[in-house]
Amino acid sequence: MEALIANITELLAENTIFNAQTLGYYGEGLVTTVQLVFLSLIIGLVLAIPLAIGRGSKRKWIKMPIFFYTYVFRGTPLLVQLYLIYYGVVFVEGIQDTWLWLILERPFYPALIAFTLNTAAYTTEIFHGAIKATSRGEIEAARAYGMSYSLMMRRIILPSAFRRALPAYGNEVIFMLHASAIASVVTIMDLTGAARFVYARFYAPFEAFLFVAAIYLCLTFAILYLFRYLEKRMLAHLKPASQ
Amino acid sequence: MIDLHGYGPRLFEGALVTIELAILSLILAVVLGLLTASAKMSRSWPLHRLGTLYTTIIRGVPDLVLMMLLFFGGQIGINMFTDMLYDRYDIDIFINVNEFVAGVITIGLIFGAYMGETFRGAFLAVDSGQIEAGRAYGMSQWLVFRRIRFPLMMRHALPGLSNNWMVLLKTTALVSVIGLSDMVRVASEASKATREPFTFMIIVAAIYLLIATFSEWGFAHLQKRYNVGFGESH
Repeated sequence: MEALIANITELLAENTIFNAQTLGYYGEGLVTTVQLVFLSLIIGLVLAIPLAIGRGSKRKWIKMPIFFYTYVFRGTPLLVQLYLIYYGVVFVEGIQDTWLWLILERPFYPALIAFTLNTAAYTTEIFHGAIKATSRGEIEAARAYGMSYSLMMRRIILPSAFRRALPAYGNEVIFMLHASAIASVVTIMDLTGAARFVYARFYAPFEAFLFVAAIYLCLTFAILYLFRYLEKRMLAHLKPASQ
Repeated sequence: MIDLHGYGPRLFEGALVTIELAILSLILAVVLGLLTASAKMSRSWPLHRLGTLYTTIIRGVPDLVLMMLLFFGGQIGINMFTDMLYDRYDIDIFINVNEFVAGVITIGLIFGAYMGETFRGAFLAVDSGQIEAGRAYGMSQWLVFRRIRFPLMMRHALPGLSNNWMVLLKTTALVSVIGLSDMVRVASEASKATREPFTFMIIVAAIYLLIATFSEWGFAHLQKRYNVGFGESH
């Protein structure tokens, strides 16, 4: 054990890549990645709930545009969506004269918009599937109690649908974390951006990318365990009685 | 008509690169996936651990990071290896990593892990009575695999397979970042040159949607084929 520690300290003493400056970049990158993923997931979730309800509507003029939106955003690469927004926003007529330009000028916000629209589309489909899977009996029981449509949505359908959607939503969160690496393409210094900087500076691909891969792996496991815990708590009533 | 400023042919070539890349990586991913599924189901624990390690690590790290690691690190790794060969055994070879090949290997390697999970679940879903029946007929292991396990497994694997294919198709867009001239790269160069990003990006998005819709239809066809004999439902 002592030999191992001595070995590691010797190895680290010789290293010139991971100094205070580059570790600082990685740290800032971690903050940017977490901000980007967290914000886009939260806003996407808020957008997805009404969209998922509308997606299951009987009225064609509500249902069809939402279906078209999810079809397009789930059928095209996130990179293309990001390029479209990042490069395209400059060419929106008159935008450079408004206050919006102050926000959109920085690459963080176009990326946030692209990620939010993307995750909202996936989440809408996940929730739509979960809402559709509500058992008939629950709906009939709510009707028999004389609940209105909105009360039934709020008290019966949505709570049970959220629970059913939990495993799929956990996958979406991990997917979003991995997709956020694309932000580095539009010059954002997220985790991957930091790794690309270190690679370019020291020409050390293994050190730069393996290190960042390990961080992503840890984040993925953290999300995985969080959702496993949530599932255990919220889906406890669905487990077999013997356990 | 839409004015492409002469980028039409290059965009078409880019689309072909995307399709070739996607199909070749799919083939590699399916082969790797079958190997991984067998490794994870095998009784030998080193193989089992290796399979688990592979799927866990690949699925826990972003595609783009893996792609950069393999793409930028790959050439250095190969150079180190050929240098070592030269130093020790006096074998002088030079291997240059072609961008396209690197792209196929990377995407294939990434999706092999996802395919492995899909195939493992599907193999486990095959009724063991069917395999025993095949063995009872005196079929060899390979014949049982070819005639019984694989076709029965495919019925369960197809939904996951088609899902993976859709994700893979979209992942090919990332190769534009590491310098391959696929349609996303052509479109992004064209948008910068002509200052018309909407035109080019919307065309590219439409091509992706077209391929996705077309393959959805193809998978529905395949599903029907592998469902023969299992009734209308499912």
